[in-house]
Amino acid sequence: MIRLEYYLIISTLMFFIGIFGFITRKNMIAILISLELVLNAVEINFAAFNRFLYPNQLEGMFFTLFGIAITAAETAVALAIIINAYRSIGNININNINKMKN
Amino acid sequence: MEYSLFILIVPFFLFLVLGLLGMKMKPKAAGIIGTAGMGLCAICASAVAYQYFFQTGMVGEEWQHLVPVNFEWLRFTESLHIDLGILLDPISVMMLVVITTVSLMVHIYSLGYMHGETGFQRYYALLSLFSFSMLGLVVATNIFQMYIFWELVGVSSYSLIGFYYTKPSAVAASKKAFIVTRFADLGFLIGILLLSFYTKTFDFGLLTADNAGLVTTSMAGGTFMGLSIATWALALIFMGGAGKSAMFPLHIWLPDAMEGPTPVSALIHAATMVVAGVFLVARLFPVYFFAAPDVLTLIAYVGTFTALFAAIIAITQTDIKRVLAFSTISQIAYMMVALGVSDYGGHDGLGYMASMFHLVTHAFFKALLFLGAGSVIHAVHSNEMSQMGNLRRYMPVTNITFAIACLAIAGIWPFSGFFSKDEILAAAFHSNPLIFWTLWAIAGLTAFYMWRLYYCIFWNSNKEYNEHHKPHESPLTMAVPLIILAIFSIFSGFIPFAGFISSDNVPFHTHIDLTVASLSIGAGVAGIAAATVLYLKKSDWTAEIAQSLGGLYRAALHKFYLDEIWMWVTQSVVFRYICIPIAWFDRHIIDGAMNGLAWATHRSAGSVKGLQSGQVQFYAWVFVAGSILIAVLVLFF
Amino acid sequence: MDIINLIIFSGLGAAMLALSIMAVTSESLLRSATYLLLVLLCTAGFYLFLNYHFLAAVQVSVYAGGVVILFIFAIFLTANKGEVLLRHEIRRYVFGFLGVVAGVWLTAFVLFKHRFLYESNTSMVGDQEISMSLIGQTLMGTGKYQYLLPFEALSVLLLACIIGGILIARKK
Repeated sequence: MIRLEYYLIISTLMFFIGIFGFITRKNMIAILISLELVLNAVEINFAAFNRFLYPNQLEGMFFTLFGIAITAAETAVALAIIINAYRSIGNININNINKMKN
Repeated sequence: MEYSLFILIVPFFLFLVLGLLGMKMKPKAAGIIGTAGMGLCAICASAVAYQYFFQTGMVGEEWQHLVPVNFEWLRFTESLHIDLGILLDPISVMMLVVITTVSLMVHIYSLGYMHGETGFQRYYALLSLFSFSMLGLVVATNIFQMYIFWELVGVSSYSLIGFYYTKPSAVAASKKAFIVTRFADLGFLIGILLLSFYTKTFDFGLLTADNAGLVTTSMAGGTFMGLSIATWALALIFMGGAGKSAMFPLHIWLPDAMEGPTPVSALIHAATMVVAGVFLVARLFPVYFFAAPDVLTLIAYVGTFTALFAAIIAITQTDIKRVLAFSTISQIAYMMVALGVSDYGGHDGLGYMASMFHLVTHAFFKALLFLGAGSVIHAVHSNEMSQMGNLRRYMPVTNITFAIACLAIAGIWPFSGFFSKDEILAAAFHSNPLIFWTLWAIAGLTAFYMWRLYYCIFWNSNKEYNEHHKPHESPLTMAVPLIILAIFSIFSGFIPFAGFISSDNVPFHTHIDLTVASLSIGAGVAGIAAATVLYLKKSDWTAEIAQSLGGLYRAALHKFYLDEIWMWVTQSVVFRYICIPIAWFDRHIIDGAMNGLAWATHRSAGSVKGLQSGQVQFYAWVFVAGSILIAVLVLFF
Repeated sequence: MDIINLIIFSGLGAAMLALSIMAVTSESLLRSATYLLLVLLCTAGFYLFLNYHFLAAVQVSVYAGGVVILFIFAIFLTANKGEVLLRHEIRRYVFGFLGVVAGVWLTAFVLFKHRFLYESNTSMVGDQEISMSLIGQTLMGTGKYQYLLPFEALSVLLLACIIGGILIARKK
């Protein structure tokens, strides 16, 4: 018997694992990977809520679908930026990308 | 009569063109454009006057208030709104003609007088601005529009007095004129606000309708410090008028204003702007008469005193423009007195008519005197009488026209001054003997000091001028306006003025009161005779008389020390006990608070700027922590 | 049958969490990316449990097939000679851990406090698969609960991303 809260617990943990990675990692690609985890957790939530609470509707599923597409787009742009940053400063350490504060 | 709007638009447009593009033009082109525009304006004004006085103005034996143009500008409440428009009634049409005529003469005259001055274009731009403001003032449909143009007039007067802005005395004079009139305008503004607060309107038509019924009913019963609200409001409005029209004790700016170019003095400080106060009182005359007769009495006494005071000072002055300035103060005070002693309606309103009549004739002969003086100054390059004398040999046109103006101001039949002054004296004669006899004496003094001036300039000595600096008659551009104004000065007295202007807009007839007329001519002739005896030839008697009068003479020469008194009041009283504490408060409390705030902001910014590390992950952590905190707050509190 | 499902689900979930932790802590970027790929595949398994077969297929093809490949290329492109791993500050771990614990605690508190857990059916109600034609019509329809507009908006977004990606990453 799989219950809703099982999904939610797993997605919650995954979400915060992602946040932990986001805060602690220094490599920008690693940060992006953490971000993927966060988004993935959120998408699981959408699908699970849809199936358990409103099984006759499709909003959650489509939200997940659109979320996946947007994630892909975001990743593409972020990676392009990272590659560009790498080209200009020679590494992808997040601590070196702090020129914007000035 | 919508084309009357052109009278306002043309000078304003000229101001914009000459002000913005003037520097790109040749000076001569700017002057000719300005003069041509003013000529157009004068033609329009004459057409309006013709149409008003001979075609549309009179309906059923009464002059109408026509409002050909009007639009709403600001609306405060249902009934209280500021309009901009054009009001045509006998006095505003009359003022239009006078202003445009004198202004045109001054424009033509300035072509010669200001020739070669730096800032020639600026001069014409400012003249146009002044003409615009003054014309807007006289056609104002409501008291607030009048106030707006009133201030515009003040500004343009300020910039024209300070035209020679490299000369410290001119700068000081312009500041003085602006500050003194501004101070008076504060009273004017408070008066307007009081009046409109109670009557709920600014409109002249509504204020004066039904014998000022609106004012008397809406302000009935209210008193403040023993005087009715209406009296306060109208006295404060008169304060504004007294400032512009140089009534004692606010007259101190006018003599100093002579630092401006002489044609400006002729236009602004003799013929038009300084009579704005008279015009204001005339415009609100029914309100004054029915709602606050006490103020009219005050006006009469203030005017009488000012007239006497200024006439006495004028006798002792040696700068010819200052003599004319004090003479102007005295003559404007005459007009004020005439309003003050006037009754309302029909022949009883003689004083009102006489005041307006004198305004017109005075505008012509005083402008002529100033322009003549300018011509003299142009020839000898000095304002001092001692540098002049015997100029009749060199400047025949100026001599004759100046003499005509002096005869007019002295009130000799058949020159225009006689008629208007006679009406004023007649009005005073029927009202108050004290005022009448004072005015009569002043008429004599006026004749005396004007002829003293005339003799000192044109006769008095056999002075020979240096071959190289021989005075010469002025060029045609200056001589022609003198001649035209001289013609006006002779003949404008024959206008049957009572048929056009009266306190209740119903024409009436006047006749010359022989007693008054003979008294006034007697005073004038006596004054001229005395001047002839003393000044025709250079003599020692004048010095002896001055010696024997001693203190009085010195006091008059120093304008009764009024400037010094004002200086003392402002410096020792106002500055020391009001301004310095306010300045201290401003510097230490207000600025201190501001500086403290800035210091606190600076310090707090310094302490939090470390948070702006540029470390994205730190931001993310703060974001997460903040979100959790907010969620906790929402959930548990 | 239920118990077998539960066992598989538990195994999947445990693997997912373990792989997530490894993905965020692994010192090699390439390994991180591989763990991420496995997490995403496990997520596809979850979707299958929920009977969203189409979603599972999209997850595998887009995420596993597209995004992760992109990651791997980026990793190769930006690899520093010799320097693959980056040392972390211990302070950052502590603060991150504290924040995460607080967040987990709060979310769990909300989860178990909330009434939807008790009001809804305890198990899946509609455990039937959603037909492809229904998904297609919903995606292309303009009526209520139909998604043509977001679909089009998304396509524009993707186009913008393509252009943006080219502009940002191209050599000068």
